[in-house]
Amino acid sequence: MLITEIKPKEEILAKLNKDEKTFVIQCYGCKEVYYPADEIDGFVKEHNFQSILIDYLCNREYVRKYSDKFSLEITNTKNILIFSCGTGVQSFTEVLVETGKFAGKTVHAGCNTLYVNGFQGLTPACHNCAQCGTCYLNYTAGICPVTACSKGLLNGQCGGCKNGKCEVDKEMDCGWEKIFNKLNKTGKLDNKVHLRNFKIVP
Amino acid sequence: MKLIDLFKQGKFVLTSEAGPPKGWQVDKLLHEMECIRGKVDAINVTDNQSSVMRLSPLVVSKMLKDKGFEPVYQITCRDRNRLALQSDILGAAAFGIENLLMLTGDHNKLGDHPDSKPVFDLDSISLTYTVKRLEQGLDLAGNKLDGEPPKFCLGAVVSPCADNLDSQLFKMEQKIKAGVDFFQTQAVYETDKFAKFMEKAKSLGAPVMLGIVILKTAGMAKYMNENVAGVYVPDNLIEELKKDKEKTKSGLTGIEIAGRLIREMKPLCQGVHLMPLGWDDKVPAILSQGGVI
Repeated sequence: MLITEIKPKEEILAKLNKDEKTFVIQCYGCKEVYYPADEIDGFVKEHNFQSILIDYLCNREYVRKYSDKFSLEITNTKNILIFSCGTGVQSFTEVLVETGKFAGKTVHAGCNTLYVNGFQGLTPACHNCAQCGTCYLNYTAGICPVTACSKGLLNGQCGGCKNGKCEVDKEMDCGWEKIFNKLNKTGKLDNKVHLRNFKIVP
Repeated sequence: MKLIDLFKQGKFVLTSEAGPPKGWQVDKLLHEMECIRGKVDAINVTDNQSSVMRLSPLVVSKMLKDKGFEPVYQITCRDRNRLALQSDILGAAAFGIENLLMLTGDHNKLGDHPDSKPVFDLDSISLTYTVKRLEQGLDLAGNKLDGEPPKFCLGAVVSPCADNLDSQLFKMEQKIKAGVDFFQTQAVYETDKFAKFMEKAKSLGAPVMLGIVILKTAGMAKYMNENVAGVYVPDNLIEELKKDKEKTKSGLTGIEIAGRLIREMKPLCQGVHLMPLGWDDKVPAILSQGGVI
């Protein structure tokens, strides 16, 4: 079971570049997902965003096919707003980067993924979502700092990165090295100090 | 005495480092520190360094202070959550400790308790932010503190020889914006890399202390090259260590190398931070050869 909630609407709107078009992707997902379809639908209609509804955004083959099918729409927009779990946002962002479609765009996460008890349904994916309830992907260029960083740091790289790899595992990329390089390239480095909210994780 | 006041007076600041024992008896450490009394401005006290469990640095900092030394209390975020960290920071204030070093901390898996739970509730940046909040009389939850707020001088670390210089400089700037007063660097063995770093770091305005780890053996240098992030010992120094084994064993090669590096790089920075790794008795010779005492 996977549950997402829509992020506060003011927060979503504040991050969108108002002068640019927004393209919305909604993932109605795997059998296990509960996602606030009506609320998101209402929000999309209210702001007149172009929107597509697809499934299994965590599956990169699907995502590649969709990004090809909607290539024109994606090319003509600067804001890509994704309503899915954290895995879906990361997966879609990575495909955009791989297919050279990421430059000049911002990918926004429209949902927080909430923690649910029990054993989660298994959808093997390259990316991980910790169901932290406060999706940070909007601050980290679509790479999850909670799961891509061994320490789950929120404010940048620690001193342990060597040759782009994590001090804990020489095979593992330093998540923050990737985040920093991406943010640096897009000029989106910010100075906000982030503190994690553990109250919402049982 | 806050180190920032020494920097403001234009002093070239010197610090060394003490690692607490894996036990509760501190006599040996206190005795070893006597050889550097009056030679350095302050002594860093490490916090479960390399994720190896040791006596609390808050306790050792207090004991050093009682003996008339000036401690720099190192605080990592690996082992304690934001409540315990705030508690210990207030504890430092209660003990009259004025200098803190803000660190994220090595991961638990690298140390001698690899099964332990990594905390990392805060990191070096949010820890700095926390101290600044306490200095304003508030805790992290926005509650007012009882009595006078504490006041500290905050240090942090930067790695001039790290692979990604842009990332280091950006983080340095973030740390300054969060409230860091001064920096101690990770060990540097290459003058040109340090010069390149300082060219850009200078404009950020915070004093930088050159970090030096005494090279004990060629093996140690190679180990650091393989395993320690941000540290690179060039081949010529490894050769120098290999050349005369007796000289290296006695520590003379390590002293010479450290002294020479300090002499070369001191015009570029505002102080030196020595990490003797137990060779405290060699510190006076290094500082003397470095031309800083």
